[in-house]
Amino acid sequence: MTREIEKASGVPVVQIATIVPIMLTVGANRIVPGVAIPHPVGNPALGPEGDKEVRRELIRRAFKAMTTEIDTQTIFEKE
Amino acid sequence: MTFKVVHYINQFYAGIGGEEKADWKPEVREGVVGPGMQLAKLLGEDAKIVATVICGDGYYGEHTDEARAACLEMIGKYKPDLFIAGPAFNAGRYGFACGDISASVGAKFGIHTVTAMYPENPGVELYHKKTYIVVTPDSARGMGKALPAMAALALKLVKGEKMGPARLEGYISRGMRKSFFNEKSGAERAAEMLLAKLKGEPFRTEYEMPVFNKIPPAPAVKDLKHATIALVSSGGVVPVGNPDHIRVSSAESYGTYDISKLDAMTPETFQSVHGGYDRTFVNENPNVVVPLDVMREFEKQGVFGKLYPYFNTTTGTGTAVAFAEKFGREIGAKLKKDGVDAVIFTST
Repeated sequence: MTREIEKASGVPVVQIATIVPIMLTVGANRIVPGVAIPHPVGNPALGPEGDKEVRRELIRRAFKAMTTEIDTQTIFEKE
Repeated sequence: MTFKVVHYINQFYAGIGGEEKADWKPEVREGVVGPGMQLAKLLGEDAKIVATVICGDGYYGEHTDEARAACLEMIGKYKPDLFIAGPAFNAGRYGFACGDISASVGAKFGIHTVTAMYPENPGVELYHKKTYIVVTPDSARGMGKALPAMAALALKLVKGEKMGPARLEGYISRGMRKSFFNEKSGAERAAEMLLAKLKGEPFRTEYEMPVFNKIPPAPAVKDLKHATIALVSSGGVVPVGNPDHIRVSSAESYGTYDISKLDAMTPETFQSVHGGYDRTFVNENPNVVVPLDVMREFEKQGVFGKLYPYFNTTTGTGTAVAFAEKFGREIGAKLKKDGVDAVIFTST
């Protein structure tokens, strides 16, 4: 889906999910590794504020990914 | 001589539990477990399953290096002659784990490895060159076909019997070519193939052209402050009650929902129907799969321009590739028409 959305829309699609090799195989270009399969953009174990802070960091990384020019599939890890 | 076999299965087939036990750490049990029982019968006198290694699909996917290392150590102790994993059918994480552990066992111990899955399983593209993947139907209803095929191929391999081409032996091509002399010359075969093609008759290419799955990256967003960003997800998050009856698995449709009046996802308004992961977390707080709360915060702070008012969603387990591509094309076209500048796509 990621690949086809990017192809049809012409805009960057940042995918946040946990199993990076699968995202690479299906052709996602901008990849942000998620926290865990059942909660890719959060960490409930850290309580409501901790969970939200994890989410903010991931979205900030997604913003970085969408504003970075790349010429090949790129994984945007935590800095 | 009786060949020693180690079998790998996941937490579900081991009878440990479903999604809620997907984080099960690797363990080993003597003899057969679950489908191993029937597999052992099919292997007959020539091979014996001496142990079964079990690991949760979620654990293998999220802690791949640790899971692989732990499993390899358990497997190594038995000094097997043959390793069999699965069958995984269309279960993506299970296929990934089966492919990975089979490839790793083959590389480390130099023994034959056999696994089995549906051709669209992501494990196929990643591992088909590194292990023998028997073709199975897309669900466990195909167990009756899968096990005999796996046993037959495994015995052939471990006995060193002559193997034919992949499509005849029932496994997915590993991309290896074996040279042999054909009775007819290449020129004759090419002419015959062309005549068949021109006549509209069936023909089979001798060399499969590769299918390219990658696209060049879209240009980056230049002005984030004024950008419109859309949220899309394959985590199966839908309005409570699933009004458009999106399927829990093998989805054939996606939903488009207005989120413009919402500041966050809540369990009162949204739920997940995805049949392929533990929904405890998302159903308490759907924002852990669809990050609406944090997107609204950043929108209000002016970090980006505007959140696209529509949320596109479907279930990403067992989804036929053709449907996934169709959804992607339709959603992409709509987003382009509506002037969206970027997409955040969350998957489970």
